Amino acid sequence: MSANAGLDPVAPLEPPVPTQKPIKTTGLHVGDAEPGCRKVDPILVVDKVRRSFGGLTAVDVDHLEVPRGAITALIGPNGAGKTTLFNLLTGFDKPNDGKWMFDGRSLAGMPAYRVARMGQIRTFQLTKALGLLSVMDNMLLGAKGQTGENMFRALLPFLWRTQEEANRAKALDLLTRFKLDTKKDDYAASLSGGQRKLLEMARALMSDPTLVMLDEPMAGVNPALTQSLLDHILNLKSQGMTVLFVEHDMHMVRHIADWVIVMAEGKVVAEGDPHEVMKNPAVIDAYLGQHHDEDIGQDPGAETEHVSAIKELLDDER
Amino acid sequence: MDWEAIFNNAAVELISPTTAAYALAALGLAVHFGYTGLLNFGQAGFMALGAYGYAISILTFGFPVWGAFLVGVGASVVFALILGIPTLRLRADYLAIVTIAAAEIVRLLFTTNTFASVTGSANGLSGYKNGFAALNPLAEGSYGFGPFENNAYDTWLRIVAWSIVILAALFVWQVMRSPWGRVIKGIREDEDAVRALGKNVYAYKMQSLILGGVFGTIAGMIFALPRAVVPSNYQTTLTFFIYAILLLGGAATVLGPIIGSMIFWVLLSFFSGFVSRAVEAGWLPFMTTIQGGQLRFILVGVAIMLIVIFRPQGVFGNKKELAFVR
Repeated sequence: MSANAGLDPVAPLEPPVPTQKPIKTTGLHVGDAEPGCRKVDPILVVDKVRRSFGGLTAVDVDHLEVPRGAITALIGPNGAGKTTLFNLLTGFDKPNDGKWMFDGRSLAGMPAYRVARMGQIRTFQLTKALGLLSVMDNMLLGAKGQTGENMFRALLPFLWRTQEEANRAKALDLLTRFKLDTKKDDYAASLSGGQRKLLEMARALMSDPTLVMLDEPMAGVNPALTQSLLDHILNLKSQGMTVLFVEHDMHMVRHIADWVIVMAEGKVVAEGDPHEVMKNPAVIDAYLGQHHDEDIGQDPGAETEHVSAIKELLDDER
Repeated sequence: MDWEAIFNNAAVELISPTTAAYALAALGLAVHFGYTGLLNFGQAGFMALGAYGYAISILTFGFPVWGAFLVGVGASVVFALILGIPTLRLRADYLAIVTIAAAEIVRLLFTTNTFASVTGSANGLSGYKNGFAALNPLAEGSYGFGPFENNAYDTWLRIVAWSIVILAALFVWQVMRSPWGRVIKGIREDEDAVRALGKNVYAYKMQSLILGGVFGTIAGMIFALPRAVVPSNYQTTLTFFIYAILLLGGAATVLGPIIGSMIFWVLLSFFSGFVSRAVEAGWLPFMTTIQGGQLRFILVGVAIMLIVIFRPQGVFGNKKELAFVR
């Protein structure tokens, strides 16, 4: 599945870039930029996390640290285990073994809703807008610690009305920033694919998260909206949040990521600064190497997709 | 053809306690299916627990009315927990299978001869109404007008039944416009998304299952008060009638189940009166009276089909919602 917006026939030849010049955060790691290297200030530390489905080991990460206050991209070819790792880290799936810490607290065995309450909020590859709820209700659902979410207190509106009004004001502010304020009373189902991505991101921000995990935020979004999404992701960083995102669009990764983690076949094969990591032979191998043993004629489509992705990157570098 | 009697009998059903019982049971299903998206096909089981819990507590243990009421409610809470703990973590369709089976288990337990001394087996139970009648503050005599004229006990029963329905409707209305209801409706749309926003989806689904189940249980008690408790009343067809009422009125609405129940019972009574008289008058020479008794369900079915085809969102449903049906 290619999420490369550049392949869109109506897309401009120039790749979409954020309107603001991203300020890259550097000096994130300690020692050499190698797989599993230590970070100066890690927010998420993963140790020996393994998940297999029958005989297939989808994720087998020995050690991984995600730097705080930076934008980290998780890339890799299809089937590399990126989304599975996301699901494991957010409690949506359970690993066979291993442990991982968020902000110094262990998350192993913790259900998804408690992970979210700790400030680690995720979005989904296939957008999960709550269709038959209004855009505003979608937003309000994101707020944490609501008194009225208890069934018995729900019966007494005076207990939660003030809090509700405050949440509503905050939601309206966020919706205005994401240019969805005119849609606030519409069903979320009436939004376009890109607007749903924006809504999902805005909804995640309602809980003031510390770590925002975006699973393919650009998939299926038209180039015009891509630009605004890029700006929003950069804003998250400038507001002090940490971002970890899975992405296929290499232009986007290069433009906004401070750090790149490359996965292949369930393992972390490379890490580093986005400009350096692309030159890493392990990365080129990860993208091109999966068909080394096969006759090139067998699956030309898949091959050329990765070749063009890498070529694009190398072209960009020049 | 005695049209006056047909319409009179149909009008009686408008506010009969049975209509109230079906309305309350449908309101419980609205909480389950319409708002939370839980496919509960065992509402008849909850109703049976209410009816038997009430009757057995009074007949076997000599409990007062409020004690019997609490026993019924307690039994349905336990039933909801037993159903919910293993299935609410799974996909929605598993709950449907488990509830339909569990409701049958409940009915068969009440039918089996093993417990005949307590449950009355297939003959059921009766003679538990004195406690409720003793609470009646109305003096002997006749109340109401026209088709709605009843004796003191029946009037008392109607007042209690419809008061409970109104209170339950107000409860659902208030709770569904609160943040709690927002989470519940969010779970219907996509429970993973709600989970990712830090809500304990499992606990919310359990609360919803218990709330709707308790409504069903109280409905079972109201249903039992004008008649005897007979196990064959609590077959799966009862659940399907309640689903028909819910879809008729509008699944995620408060007034839908109540008005739906009224439409359902008025239509059923009307067709029943019409068909039996038509057979007697020789209008339907190919049909016996017994066959005529079955025909009313066919006609009600056709009427409901027409409503669902031409107004698929139900009487009170929001037309806009249908534009986005997946």
